[in-house]
Amino acid sequence: MWLKQLAVLNFKNYTEVTLHFAPEVNAFTGANGAGKTNLLDAIHYLSLCKSFFNPIDSQQIRRDADWFMVQGEFDKDGQADTVACSLKRNQKKQFKKNKKAYSRLADHIGQFPLVMVSPSDSAIVTDGSEERRRFVDNVISQTDLAYLDGLIAYNKCLAQRNSLLKQAARGSKLDSSLLEVLDMQLVEFGVPIFEKRRAFMAEFIPEFDNHYRFLTDTAETVSLVYESQLMHAPFGTLLEQYLDRDRLLERTNVGIHKDDLLFTIHGDMPLKKFGSQGQQKSFLIALKLAQYSFLHRQKGFKPLLLLDDIFDKLDDHRTRKLMQMVSADDFGQIFLTDTDSMRINRIFDEINRRVRIFEINSCTARQLEKNG
Amino acid sequence: MWEKKYLCVMNFSSKLLEQAVAEFGRLPGVGQKTALRLVLHLLSQPEAEVSRFTEALDRLKREIRYCTTCHNVSDTAVCEICASHKRDGALICVVEDTRDVMAIENTDQYHGVYHVLGGLISPMDGVGPSDLQIDSLVKRVEAGGVREVIVALSATMEGDTTIFYLYKKLKDFGVQISTIARGISFGGELEYVDEVTLGRSIATRVPYERSIA
Ligand SMILES: [Zn+2]
Repeated sequence: MWLKQLAVLNFKNYTEVTLHFAPEVNAFTGANGAGKTNLLDAIHYLSLCKSFFNPIDSQQIRRDADWFMVQGEFDKDGQADTVACSLKRNQKKQFKKNKKAYSRLADHIGQFPLVMVSPSDSAIVTDGSEERRRFVDNVISQTDLAYLDGLIAYNKCLAQRNSLLKQAARGSKLDSSLLEVLDMQLVEFGVPIFEKRRAFMAEFIPEFDNHYRFLTDTAETVSLVYESQLMHAPFGTLLEQYLDRDRLLERTNVGIHKDDLLFTIHGDMPLKKFGSQGQQKSFLIALKLAQYSFLHRQKGFKPLLLLDDIFDKLDDHRTRKLMQMVSADDFGQIFLTDTDSMRINRIFDEINRRVRIFEINSCTARQLEKNG
Repeated sequence: MWEKKYLCVMNFSSKLLEQAVAEFGRLPGVGQKTALRLVLHLLSQPEAEVSRFTEALDRLKREIRYCTTCHNVSDTAVCEICASHKRDGALICVVEDTRDVMAIENTDQYHGVYHVLGGLISPMDGVGPSDLQIDSLVKRVEAGGVREVIVALSATMEGDTTIFYLYKKLKDFGVQISTIARGISFGGELEYVDEVTLGRSIATRVPYERSIA
C-alpha cells in the first residue's frame, strides 16, 4: 500500500498543493515553519481521519477560508483508492472513500494504516502514564475494532463508580448493592482490555528490543515492561481490597486506568531520569518502529511511515543506521521532513537509496529530483 | 447551524411574540425557527382553539397523577391497566418511562401489568436507586402474587446497571426474572423499536442469569 498522490486545499498554511510521490522514500525539506509537517499531518488525516497534533478539526482550515480538503490516491495491490476528507466551518467532517461517504469514521481506521514518528513523542517518556496508555490504545485500536468500544464503556463505568464514591463521601449512604453492580461491570469491561494489552505487549516487546538493538548496536540495555495491578490479583478481589482507600479518596484507585509502561536503562534506572537525549530519542524511535512491525504483521501489508524532524537529536551514525533500516525491504513508503535537503541527499547517497525530495518554500512545494 | 445564524438576525417586533418563541424554544428538539413557526401558527388560530390548547397544558401539570401501584401517568389513583381484570397481575413488566408502556401496549401482545421506574440508575447524572421507583417494586414483589418480572430497559450501560441492580434486589423472592431479547443495537432505545420486533422480543424473553460473586 502506498500513497501516489496528495492534494490539499485550504489546509493549514496551504492554499493549494498537489504532490506526486515515489513508492519508496519522500522527503519534505525547507526552513522551520515552511509547512513540512503540515503535509505529514494531511497524510495523517487520510489514514486516521484526524490531525496528529490538534484535535480541533476546524483549526486546520486555512485562515480566511471557509473549508479545507485533503485528498489522496492510494495504491493497494495495484488497485487505486481515492480518500477524501473535507470540512466546512460549523459543519460535520466529511470522509469519503472512492466518493462514497462513511457513516462511521471508525470504519475507515485501519484500512490505510500509518505510523508517525514525531518530536512530540517525547511526551511518552516524560509525561504521565496517560500518554503511555494512549500510545498502547492507539496501536491496538488500529487492529482491533472492538477494543475502543470496550475502553469507552470501561471509562463510563469508572465515571459512574467515582460519582457514587463522591456522593457517599458527601453524606449519602453508600448503596453497597449498586457498588457491587458497578464493580461487576468494571470487571466485565476491564479484564478483556487488560488481556488484550498483555497479549499485545508480549508481541510488541521483542519487536521493540530488535529495533532498539539494531538502531544503537551498543551494549546499552534498555527495557520496556507492561505494568498492571491486574497482574497481581483478580480485578474483583482488588476492587474489594481497595474499597476503604477508594472511599477515602473518593475515586477508584485500582484498574486498567492505572496501567503503565515502565521504561528503564542500565538495569532498572528510569529512562526519563538517566537516559541521554539521544538514548531517549532512540528509545522512542524503536517504540514507533515496533508499532510499525506490529501493524505490518497484523495487517499483512506495509503501513506508511512518517518521520517528522527526527535527524535533530540523532548523531550521523544513528541517522544512517535508521535510514538504512527503514529503506530496506521491511518497510514500505516513507515520508520524512528535514530542514536540510543537502543532508538528505548526502545520507541517501551514502546508503545508496533513492529519495524524492520536495523543497517546501512559503507554502509551495517543488519537486527537486525528478528521477528520484 | 443554519438555524443558529437565523437566531442571530431574529428581530422581534413584539415582546410578547419574543417571549412565546423563547418558551417554545425551550422544548426538547425545538429550535428557534420551529418555535417561531409554531407560535405564528397559534396566532393565526381562533381564540377558542388556542384556549383549548393552553387549558390542556395547564390541566396536564395540575391534575395529572401517577398510579399508586405502577407509577405510570394516570388520571386516577390506580391506572386503567392496573385496575383491569383482563390483565395478568402476576406478570410485571419493568420499564423506564411512560413512553415504553405506550410502545409495548401498541404491540397488543402483552397482557400483564407494568412498573414504571422513572429513569435509569446513573450516579454521574445524580440518579441513584432511591431516586427511582425501585423500593416500590421490591415491595410489590415482596407482597406476593407475582410470578414473573420482565425487565425491559434500553440496551445501554445504564440499562444494564439497572437490570443487574434489580436482579440483586429481587432474586431472593422466588420469582422468575427475565429480560427481553435486546437485538436492539447498543444505545438503542426501546421506544424506537418497531412494534413487531418489540412484540416478538417480549414473547421470546429469556431468564436473566447472572453469576454474582
Ligand atoms: Zn398502574
